[in-house]
Amino acid sequence: MSLRVDNLKVWYRTLRGDVQALDGVSFTVADGELVGLAGESGCGKSTLGKSLIRLDGRMRHVDGTVELDGKELPIGDAERMNSFRFKEVSIIPQYAMSAMNPTRRIGRLVAELLESRGVRPDGVRDELLRRLALVGLTPEVLDRYPIELSGGMKQRMVMVLSTLLNPSLLIADEVTSALDVSTQKAVAETLVSFRDRHYVKSTIFITHDLSLVYQIADSIIVMYAGRLAERAPTEALVSNPRHPYTRMLLSALPEVGVRYDNRRLTGIPGSPPSLLDPPTGCRFRDRCPLAFEKCAEQPPFLEVAPDHQVACWKAF
Amino acid sequence: MLSLEGVSKTYRVGTFGGRELVAVRDVNLEVAPGEVIALIGESGSGKSTIGRMILRLTGVTGGRITFDGTDIAGFKGKGLRAYYAQVQGVFQDPFSSYNPVFKAERALELLRQTYFAGLDGRRWRDKVEASLAAVRLDPGQVLGKYPHQLSGGQLQRLLVARALLLDIRLLVADEIISMLDASTRIDVLNLLGDLKARGLGIVFITHDLSLGNYISDRAVILRKGEVVEEGPVERVFGRPQHPYTRSLLASVPQLHRKWDRGEGLVREPAGEGG
Repeated sequence: MSLRVDNLKVWYRTLRGDVQALDGVSFTVADGELVGLAGESGCGKSTLGKSLIRLDGRMRHVDGTVELDGKELPIGDAERMNSFRFKEVSIIPQYAMSAMNPTRRIGRLVAELLESRGVRPDGVRDELLRRLALVGLTPEVLDRYPIELSGGMKQRMVMVLSTLLNPSLLIADEVTSALDVSTQKAVAETLVSFRDRHYVKSTIFITHDLSLVYQIADSIIVMYAGRLAERAPTEALVSNPRHPYTRMLLSALPEVGVRYDNRRLTGIPGSPPSLLDPPTGCRFRDRCPLAFEKCAEQPPFLEVAPDHQVACWKAF
Repeated sequence: MLSLEGVSKTYRVGTFGGRELVAVRDVNLEVAPGEVIALIGESGSGKSTIGRMILRLTGVTGGRITFDGTDIAGFKGKGLRAYYAQVQGVFQDPFSSYNPVFKAERALELLRQTYFAGLDGRRWRDKVEASLAAVRLDPGQVLGKYPHQLSGGQLQRLLVARALLLDIRLLVADEIISMLDASTRIDVLNLLGDLKARGLGIVFITHDLSLGNYISDRAVILRKGEVVEEGPVERVFGRPQHPYTRSLLASVPQLHRKWDRGEGLVREPAGEGG
């Protein structure tokens, strides 16, 4: 078991109180597994991704544990996390375009990064060049400044850089949302090939786009309002969703071939609850067509079929 | 109603404007009342430039755009105001379309000063409520609120309501749902579909092929400023003729149909795709 997250709670401090952005999340990621983490804006998916690598100043680790390859990650301790970052856990951030220091030539930036982790740059240089060639970059990019690269080249550079030390866990946070469809496909497939070549052991692919994650993930986690709503193998989640939220989300997706005049799709009425003072019980209750009295109680996240878990009273 | 004849747009680029960049080359288009035309393309395809030229936010460098037979380049003062009473645009980012210092409905009030100065308060209010109803917004939920208190979907619908106040005949919708969540996206799309049924012509600009297909009658596929394929959506999406359209369609992530696996960037080092 590569990653085990148990009852993780990470809240944001604000002047008006704590925002319970991640509120009791438990799941595991197996060796070699590519997990898609999907949900709408504000559901906590990016908070979850960030929690596994670096809490920023407003974030507070309230409860729960994270275990990677049997060792507990000290996620609340920025100093101690340093020995895990980049080597064990790495991230491709949402804005890969601005992830590199603009005042350094890329080669020097890579060297500094490696040295800061106690790795001699000479030792990995051959591997670096090999991987650059793999994504279609020439060794000359190392002599350039980030501004001299196109957006797509920067994206590829960051992908190679993030995975250079073969981390056990890679977090890819909305890495394709700013890209055109053809580049998006290429980047998504590159992530798969990084996993297949064992550059990374497991990947968490964070996205708002269910149809994209369907293409590459082994299993999909759907989040809603800071909690997990459903998790299942990709095929099962898409063809046999059990949570009403997953079902409504899937049926709101227009597909090529679906036309307004012959099949009118519907959205989900209402909006997600404020996490500053979230409602008790199931957080989807107010928007859910199936809600009944029992929903005033928080549903547990239970297995309803092999590897298929869901948090909904109607599904049990 | 709207017609583009051989429209081109060239920008001067480089330090001294010595080089030319062709953003749009020789585009011909017709939009009829009640018709939705999808302009589909990747970044740099010129799709937004075409929208901006229709809205007269930027001029054409070649060809002409006519509305009911009159060249729109000639509109000035009153004529231009009359043009904008019939043609309006809504853009990608709803949050930057509002001034955050003022309440959201100020976007509507500004129209009143220009176009409905003679209307008394009561009739104005009725008009606002009617247009809010048309976009299925509850006046109580949006009036009196600041932009940050409203969701992206609400703000975007309010912008469409603003356009509807004017009794417009053509709407240029530039990526208006790209920034919305999946659950609210479809509501805005359905709204456009309803408006089309009422006779509104829509130029629907998008990079997302699955959205281009849902409400559109005709699709225009653009690449580097040129039209590579156009026709009824059923034909363009069902039997695409141009290899570029085919490769675009093959890259669209769809549920229940997996990509034909390439090796990603690994096999396509040029990074340009398509």
